[in-house]
Amino acid sequence: MYQPDRSQYPQKRVDGTLDIDLKSGKYLKLWQGPQHPGVTGNMSIELTVCGDEVVDAKTHVGYLHRGFEKLMERRTFMQVFPIVCRVCVPEPDFNEYCYAAAVEELAGIEIPESARWIRTLILEMGRINSYLMYLGGQAGAFGQGVIGQWTTYVRDLMLDRFEELTGARIYHMFILPGGVRGHLPEGFSGRMEETLREIESVMDDVEKVMFQNAVFKKRSIGVSVIDPALLDSYGITGPNARAAGVARDVRTEQPYLVYPELELEAVIGHDSDIFTRAEVRRRDLLMSIDLVRQILAKMPLEGAVMTKLPNVLHWKIPRGETFIRGECSRGEYGYYVVTDGSGYPRRVNVRGPSYTHSIALFERLIINANISDVAGTLVSLHTYPPEVER
Amino acid sequence: MSVRDVISPLTAWKNLFRDPVTIVDPLNERPGAERYRGFHMNDMEKCIGCGTCETICQNGAIDMLPADGISAKQGDSGLRPRIDYGRCCWCALCVDVCMTGSLTMSNEYTWVEKDPEVFRFMPGVDKKDWDDAELGYQRLMEKQMIPAERVSMREIEPDTRIDSYCEIVEGYSVAEAKIEADRCVSCGLCVATCPTHMAIPEYIAAVRDGDYKQGIKLLYETNPFSEVCGRICTHLCETTCAARHEGDPIAIRWLKRHIIDQVPTEEILDIIGGPEPSTGKTIAIIGAGPAGLTTAFDLARKGHAVTVYEAKAAAGGMTRYGIPEYRLPYEALDRDVKVITSMGVKIEYNTRVGPGKDADISMQTLKNENDAVLLSVGMQLGRSTRIPGSDHKMVTKAVDLLHQITAGEQVDAPKSIVVIGGGNVAMDIARSMARLQLQQHGKINLTLTALEDIDHFLADAEEITESREEQVEILDARGPQSIEFDDEGNVTGLKTWKVLSIFDQEHRFAPMYDESDEMFHPGEMVIEAIGQMMDGSLLGDELTEALEWNRGRIQIDGSGRTSEQWLWSAGDCVKGPDVVTAVADGHRVATSIDNYINQQVKQL
Repeated sequence: MYQPDRSQYPQKRVDGTLDIDLKSGKYLKLWQGPQHPGVTGNMSIELTVCGDEVVDAKTHVGYLHRGFEKLMERRTFMQVFPIVCRVCVPEPDFNEYCYAAAVEELAGIEIPESARWIRTLILEMGRINSYLMYLGGQAGAFGQGVIGQWTTYVRDLMLDRFEELTGARIYHMFILPGGVRGHLPEGFSGRMEETLREIESVMDDVEKVMFQNAVFKKRSIGVSVIDPALLDSYGITGPNARAAGVARDVRTEQPYLVYPELELEAVIGHDSDIFTRAEVRRRDLLMSIDLVRQILAKMPLEGAVMTKLPNVLHWKIPRGETFIRGECSRGEYGYYVVTDGSGYPRRVNVRGPSYTHSIALFERLIINANISDVAGTLVSLHTYPPEVER
Repeated sequence: MSVRDVISPLTAWKNLFRDPVTIVDPLNERPGAERYRGFHMNDMEKCIGCGTCETICQNGAIDMLPADGISAKQGDSGLRPRIDYGRCCWCALCVDVCMTGSLTMSNEYTWVEKDPEVFRFMPGVDKKDWDDAELGYQRLMEKQMIPAERVSMREIEPDTRIDSYCEIVEGYSVAEAKIEADRCVSCGLCVATCPTHMAIPEYIAAVRDGDYKQGIKLLYETNPFSEVCGRICTHLCETTCAARHEGDPIAIRWLKRHIIDQVPTEEILDIIGGPEPSTGKTIAIIGAGPAGLTTAFDLARKGHAVTVYEAKAAAGGMTRYGIPEYRLPYEALDRDVKVITSMGVKIEYNTRVGPGKDADISMQTLKNENDAVLLSVGMQLGRSTRIPGSDHKMVTKAVDLLHQITAGEQVDAPKSIVVIGGGNVAMDIARSMARLQLQQHGKINLTLTALEDIDHFLADAEEITESREEQVEILDARGPQSIEFDDEGNVTGLKTWKVLSIFDQEHRFAPMYDESDEMFHPGEMVIEAIGQMMDGSLLGDELTEALEWNRGRIQIDGSGRTSEQWLWSAGDCVKGPDVVTAVADGHRVATSIDNYINQQVKQL
């Protein structure tokens, strides 16, 4: 007999382990991933289902493991710079920023004012792109493929802006220890404004077609609710936390770069379900558009963008350690860097928000969910598996 | 949930009436952005094959390899970067650190080929469509990753130094030396240029690490005259330094001096190790200059008994009797000599070798009593211009005067002097005499005339600058014609003509003058500093006859051996003149003599 209160299911043994007898014929093991359109990147979920209800879930990551943190320990401080961006594909710039800022702090380097503005600009541009990708994925998880096509179109326009500013579309390799590689190109602000308008126009459509959509609402409202009490114990940050009503945003809590000079406010929601998380991200995206405009209006258009470095071929940094954090589209992103006075980082630890969100939190959240909500839930946590497997 | 939520999504249908946004690629051209990091270009005119790109590449995508039609030369390794596009990640660090700015990137990004091998290519050597691209990543900033400016050397101000023989260059502090050493990219172009192939990048690394013992070991592997070379070396290495292309060359000479300045002379032998067990073989060396003493040092290290015969009262040869104390203090030279003698080299001072009655020992005796003899007597005789009046007693040779100054003899400087010559010796004598003028008359009146124009002076640039700072008037492109006298036969000055060209088309010395541009330089004394030659009188007629000669110099083979089996020759008297060339020569001869002796031992 189906019981509406699912909190007792699956039943537990006295010792607290799940009472699941796979030979009973009641349960089914089901693998979702590693190639699955509902997962951004490669990870897989080993589901145990009873009927169409998930009773147990185990995440499997490692398909993308390239050992970045270890690779960094065998590279000089400047040689690390081209590989950090590869830790996270859709929003690589946070890796560049956090690494550069950590090295600068440990080496005692001040970067020029212009570089701080351009870094902020790039991070916000990256955030917009990341959210656009998310929206397409979130809608796609519920069968709305067209949203992904629209957001990919405007994301591509933003990639054009990235290309002209940084010289590359995906892995920009532009924020490097000491500053950034160049100033804004001629006429950049005008073209950026056109792009922002196009994004806004598409976002209007997205709001009408995705957020004011009976199907999307039915599938997302009240689904996968994160209990605000879990936030601290699970280390939940970013939009996932803000959708639960907690204004957790590094940009406002501990402002870095030029955020103190910009007007911004942490976007929060209250219902903590898939819909609210999507809504928080949509509004955050619009705020990022506003931030880009603020930056372009206020930033200095001249002046050095790079500070003079010692010879990078044998750059040694004194013993020290630091943790640099920033608010990426998925939550708090951090780099813990240890130096030992040699020419190589002793340890670089990348703390991406996806690690906690996509493993511990997800495994808890998905119990008693419907199989068809698994992809939607995972996407709603906005995880990028490459960042889990540094 | 409302009716709106059902109707609103239908607005998506409006897109039916929009044009597609997709670009039809690859059929349509879609150029990369202006600063797109596309395929590499390398300007063969600029590339020097220093390999800094290879060093920075974290993917190991760049290999430095020989290229067809490009050969190694001074300041160019002859190698060129080959990039493997199976490994490259287009991060452009190679462009950022390029020492000459030759490596850039086009904004081209499509390249279709059937053969995967061709994606490993040598930009600039393998011709590509994008070789002339104007757009692309070209190092947006000025070079920030490798400091371009040299740490300036502290020197005594001209006003303070002009009336003293105190050393002008003060030397780097440890902190300054570290900053300067940090600039080196360890390309090794300097090693190839240095006549004695010193391990320059390695000893610069030792300065960076503060490991001066290692530095001393490296210096003494190739040069026992580091005190001397650290001060007055002609530093050819710095003329080929990769850093000179977009900034100042590394101060290699000053860094060498910095290492030797940091370690007490007494500790050097402990660091480099003493001589090998005695072999019982004896070698005689004539002349305690850099070439002779380098050979002596090497041979003594190998356990041979070496005796150096020196006609003068102190060792060093021209480095002592030719170079003024403000450039090379005698104590510095003494420290080098001390290490050499502590290796077991015996120096017989005030011992003249030769056939005459005033000689202390003859060549024949040396030949008979030793297993090998080295002739390294340098060039002690000054050359004369042989212009009318140059045989007057107030027309002197620079080397003679410099010798007198070093020996502590009284040298009377007249109130006005003219120096002929544009090399370092000319600068040395001009500056020495200027000091004497100031001491004896309270003011300087000294004119220096040289055949070369100022851009082609043989003297080092800093010598010219410092001479001018010390009030020496330098006139370039002036050819000496005659010494002028007054009625009483005293020298009144020098007459010169403007030089049009120095060499003829076959590059032979044949100066052309503009006779209409005549100048008179007043001076009570004229000093000739136009070159030196060897004093071969010690050889004696018989040996002079037996030896083979080449344009006034003793003919030697590649290892420094003369046509006489027992006699070698090295240094200025066969090569040079230059200290570091003499040192290199000394090593070569020492190896040759050691091989010869070992062969003899085997034959026994």
